[in-house]
Amino acid sequence: MNPDLIERYKTADRINHWLVAIAFVLLALSGLALFHPSLFWLTNLFGGGPWTRILHPFIGLFMFVFFVALALRFWRHNLLTAADKQWLKQIDDVLNNREDKLPESGRYNAGQKVLFWVMAVCMVLLLLTGIVIWQPYFAPAFTVTLLRIAVLLHALSAFVLILGIIVHIYAAIWVKGTVGAMMRGTVTRTWARRHHAGWYREVSGGRR
Amino acid sequence: MALQSLDIKQRSATTTPPPGVRETAKVAKLIDISKCIGCKACQSACMEWNDLRDQIGETRGYYDNPRDLSENSWTLMRFYEVEPQGSLEWLIRKDGCMHCADPGCLKACPSPGAIVQYSNGIVDFHEENCIGCGYCVTGCPFNIPRISKKDSKAYKCTLCSDRVSVGLEPACVKTCPTGAIVFGAKEDMIDHAEARIEDLKERGYQNAGLYDPQGVGGTHVMYVLQHADKPELYGLPKDPKVSPVVSLWKGVAKPIALLLLGVAVIGSFLHYVKVGPNEAEGEQEKKTKEPA
Repeated sequence: MNPDLIERYKTADRINHWLVAIAFVLLALSGLALFHPSLFWLTNLFGGGPWTRILHPFIGLFMFVFFVALALRFWRHNLLTAADKQWLKQIDDVLNNREDKLPESGRYNAGQKVLFWVMAVCMVLLLLTGIVIWQPYFAPAFTVTLLRIAVLLHALSAFVLILGIIVHIYAAIWVKGTVGAMMRGTVTRTWARRHHAGWYREVSGGRR
Repeated sequence: MALQSLDIKQRSATTTPPPGVRETAKVAKLIDISKCIGCKACQSACMEWNDLRDQIGETRGYYDNPRDLSENSWTLMRFYEVEPQGSLEWLIRKDGCMHCADPGCLKACPSPGAIVQYSNGIVDFHEENCIGCGYCVTGCPFNIPRISKKDSKAYKCTLCSDRVSVGLEPACVKTCPTGAIVFGAKEDMIDHAEARIEDLKERGYQNAGLYDPQGVGGTHVMYVLQHADKPELYGLPKDPKVSPVVSLWKGVAKPIALLLLGVAVIGSFLHYVKVGPNEAEGEQEKKTKEPA
């Protein structure tokens, strides 16, 4: 490997991430199709309305299972620290590329960590409410009051998740060198030093 | 049911006006519970006209048969033994779609044209457009739509929209032997009900009244109740409304959520335009150059 590159994600991590990502895109498209009439045409991508209704929950299960696999691997790196609170307070510096003024980040910065937990909570909510409203298998077993709460919560958590993913995708485009980490698995030493100095020290054995 | 209708007032999941040049008079079915003898002729007529046969079920020791509404039983006599004024009364209510002026099922439905409301007030399911999601179930304040296990489509009383469109009354009305079910212009039905209510009051039912709940904008199936102050005696909700949860979900939340997602995308793009990329490599060059 090029000595200027260091490994950030193993092959298995990357495949896992992209399986979740593909499932998410399919779920967002099929879910939004049933959420707002102006997007109903998206059901055509899935073979029509009934097929969209049939496929959506199965893709959802798939995403949940693979998200859990990903989360089990990464949750430890996403525990918030005191430095992270300071990072969040300086969100203005973050947004204006003044990264040198920010406290040092570990493997993940505070923004990534918050997003991780938001996603985790949304995934659990989506799974639970999704099972409740799953036609024709489970929905008939629940009371109509529970169905109503579940449809609203499902839509709400999906909204938060989609919003989170918009931020996630944009951050990857904005911070150059990030997409490569998830595509090829590697980042440059400069990238690691600038964005994740704490992590860089760890993996490079104290090298600066 | 008919694919071409020019008198549609509302169409599910449709944001532009549906074909509605033809205005028809508002109709209503009036069910006078004080005249009902529980013969179930209306159930038979409904099966007969709509060519539906429910499965033979099991008795539970009382008169309701079948046990509940289903995709094959669009109307059902429900029997209540109650003592609202000290003595036993056997209240028999013909249950089925109320054809709300403000239909929760239509509001909740995500599939364009799966539920329509004609200008005469009839709310009809067009099963060929139904995707089987069950959202209509959450929207209905009267627990009416049933999803078929056979084809995953939602079914309910059509108020015999096919008969009404050619000037006939619904099958249940035609068959009712006591005249407990009548059908006509909604105004006329209200007049008719008033005469009935007066009669009932004279006979000791001081609380007799019309059930035409305004919480759902009024209904196109109305009841004359002996005890209109206690609709719960008949298994009817006192003040039915489309659940606020459903109104929020398929009301304001819908456009606002979409708007905010759009703002997030455009906002991200503009952020890039404003501050530009966050590049590590550029920094490196600067740093190596600076000390020199």
